[in-house]
Amino acid sequence: MSTSTETSTTTRRGPKHPGQRVAEWADSRVGLYKLGKSNLRKIFPDHWSFMLGEVCLYSFTILILTGVYLTLFFHPSMNEVVYNGPYAPLQGVRMSDAYASTMHISFEVRGGLLIRQIHHWSALIFIAGMIVHMMRVFFTGAFRKPRELNWLFGWTLLFIGMFEGFTGYSLPDDLLSGTGVRFTEGAVLSTPIVGTYLSMFLFGGEFPGHNFVPIFYSVHILLLPGIMAGLLVAHLILVFYHKHTQFPGAGKTEKNVVGMPFFPIYTAKAGGFFFLVFGVIAAIAAIATINPIWTMGPYRPDQVSTGAQPDWYMGFSEGLIRVMPGWEINAWGHTLVLGVFIPLMVFPVVLAAIAVYPFIESWVTGDKSEHHLLDRPRNRPVRTGFGVAWLTLYFTLLIGGGNDLWATHFHLSIETITWSVRVGFFVLPALAYFATKRICLGLQRRDREKVLHGRETGIIKRLPHGEFIEVHEPLDQEQLHVLTAHPQPQPLEIGPEVDENGVERKVNPVTKVRARLSRNFYGEHSQIPKPTVEEYDEITSGHGHH
Amino acid sequence: MKKLSARRRHPLAALVVLLFALAATGGLYAALAPAPKAQADDSSQSIQISEGKKLFSVGCASCHGARGQGSSDGPSLVGVGSAAVDFQVGTGRMPAQQPGPQIQKKPGQYTQGQIDQLAAFIASLGPGPVTPTSDQYDPAGGDSAKGGELFRTNCSQCHNFVGKGGALTDGKYAPTLKGVDPKHIYEAMQTGPQNMPSFPDTTMPSQAKADIIAYLQAVDTADSKNPGGFTLGSLGPVPEGLFAYIFGLGALIAVATWVAARTTKAKKS
Repeated sequence: MSTSTETSTTTRRGPKHPGQRVAEWADSRVGLYKLGKSNLRKIFPDHWSFMLGEVCLYSFTILILTGVYLTLFFHPSMNEVVYNGPYAPLQGVRMSDAYASTMHISFEVRGGLLIRQIHHWSALIFIAGMIVHMMRVFFTGAFRKPRELNWLFGWTLLFIGMFEGFTGYSLPDDLLSGTGVRFTEGAVLSTPIVGTYLSMFLFGGEFPGHNFVPIFYSVHILLLPGIMAGLLVAHLILVFYHKHTQFPGAGKTEKNVVGMPFFPIYTAKAGGFFFLVFGVIAAIAAIATINPIWTMGPYRPDQVSTGAQPDWYMGFSEGLIRVMPGWEINAWGHTLVLGVFIPLMVFPVVLAAIAVYPFIESWVTGDKSEHHLLDRPRNRPVRTGFGVAWLTLYFTLLIGGGNDLWATHFHLSIETITWSVRVGFFVLPALAYFATKRICLGLQRRDREKVLHGRETGIIKRLPHGEFIEVHEPLDQEQLHVLTAHPQPQPLEIGPEVDENGVERKVNPVTKVRARLSRNFYGEHSQIPKPTVEEYDEITSGHGHH
Repeated sequence: MKKLSARRRHPLAALVVLLFALAATGGLYAALAPAPKAQADDSSQSIQISEGKKLFSVGCASCHGARGQGSSDGPSLVGVGSAAVDFQVGTGRMPAQQPGPQIQKKPGQYTQGQIDQLAAFIASLGPGPVTPTSDQYDPAGGDSAKGGELFRTNCSQCHNFVGKGGALTDGKYAPTLKGVDPKHIYEAMQTGPQNMPSFPDTTMPSQAKADIIAYLQAVDTADSKNPGGFTLGSLGPVPEGLFAYIFGLGALIAVATWVAARTTKAKKS
């Protein structure tokens, strides 16, 4: 007890406010004051896209809260039981205890179905939020130094989140999720040499065995959420440590953050936003069904349904499998199922392509400086083009994963869609890259035009000698700043090809590749020179606009 | 005997012998031949058949041939049975509107009376599955839980968990079963129209068919229970993902924009 401090202050100012006493009690034990002093007044900038990460954080929180409720009633067991619950079309049907307990949650536990639906909708929104948050960070260049590590933390959260979702929706052991587990077993089996052993190990014998629900349950409720919670805390600590990035604008520099303090503004805003997110997800869960396991029936390896897709975040892997030709090699009494094994290998490559991009960019451009001001996507056409190409690939594969539903709903042939996705897998990202780059350059030209000549007002003026002109309104200082604040780096130079004596210089081929890539990033075909002060002065000091 | 022997050369003797012989064969035939069935029914059936034949000549013969023997444009109808006619014409698939990957369902072109006449004519061409009676396909006579298991084992790989339909190869598809008359579902199982395999009574007894119909009635009608809210088409995770993106994340981004736009004003010092 801090008796000494208490007596000294009471003599000076009379009895203390109880809140102060609590604060002092806590401070002397966990050092709250120091922590609060350095962090509570942390400044955060305001922009809607900076709240996408918050959407993920809150949906993760909702997932944990609802998940805890579901564990109270779920039985992670594959023992066979006979259903005798209230849902008539399943009465008397044999099923696993896992499925029966999920039926119990859905039909008999008070609020059970709502909580299940909140849990599942949150999962879809959590991972959708992570993708969109990641793309915000990508297109604005927020992954640059010093935030590369945090980029990787975030990407790992996405990657683990996908498997967290997969293990979660497989738990009810219904016909749809069981088909997904069977799919996974097939993918495991396609691994050369060790595939059969891996499958036997995972399922404890022949599929489906009695093991996978308890194993998935432990992984789903302990292992993966534990790792994710750790990564999430690290992610947030780094956000505090690095301070938040901000969009360029008047008064915003690489050395400051313009915004509001964490306390009290963002504690209130973020706290309120949590309840708004919870409200939106709860409303969606209350009006729209998700994963109606009662219509799917219990899993039996001899049954299957059409339209058996995984949840959307696994959809691109489904697409890879569906559009891959069914190649296989039979040799020396063994089968190598390339039709499954190649997609299995491409699956992590698709995701890793976006993960490693920050490191490739900093290597190519040689940019080792810190960045706290965000890029406008148009000012980095190559990066923006790459991002759009990656998204194009991702969504093309999603279409491949749902090819049957596209076929029935758009009256197309399923083969046409499959072949379009096969061709599109290679062609569309390239097309998207070039189109995006052109659009970015066009927007840069427009920015240049606006800076030098002002905004087109649409007002047509007739001059005394009969000429018609459109009145251009000069931009104000703040807008000019936004359009011209970005640095325009120069490509790497490897120097002249021959030295002063006319002898060819030896240049490392890797350096040559790097210089070439760098020219692609920052060469004359990749950025429009922004207006210089001289150009601006020359035009604005002249006799009006032409 | 003398009298008979004296007239055996009579010019009319041969005629008399012939009369006796005819009477004997006719009598023997009348005594030994199988008795014909219900005379009165036969005549009305024959009216049905002849009426059906007329309808057939007008609406069907151009593809299926004048005697239903088939042509390059349509299959032979000998032996398809009245159930197939009742299904194809009753659901409007026949007469076909246009060629394509698959003949589409459309509003029926014939009254039930005319369909029965057509069915009678086709049935007269050769034996085949017979149109079921209402007690065979009555959903009340089936067990929806058994039907569910049978449906997931035999039907859902094309028609989806609750009969929403699905894609087949080359633009063909398994149609949705929502709103399909139980009689037509029964007949489709019996006759296996287009790409569907047939499930005759030898492989799937009448009771099993009624169970499946009961299951579909329980899960795939306007009054089937949907405790979770809107079903989003009962098509699985694809519409769920679209919904999560558009309405879930869309609403949250709208809310985020709203929150970000409402910020405290700096106090003027």
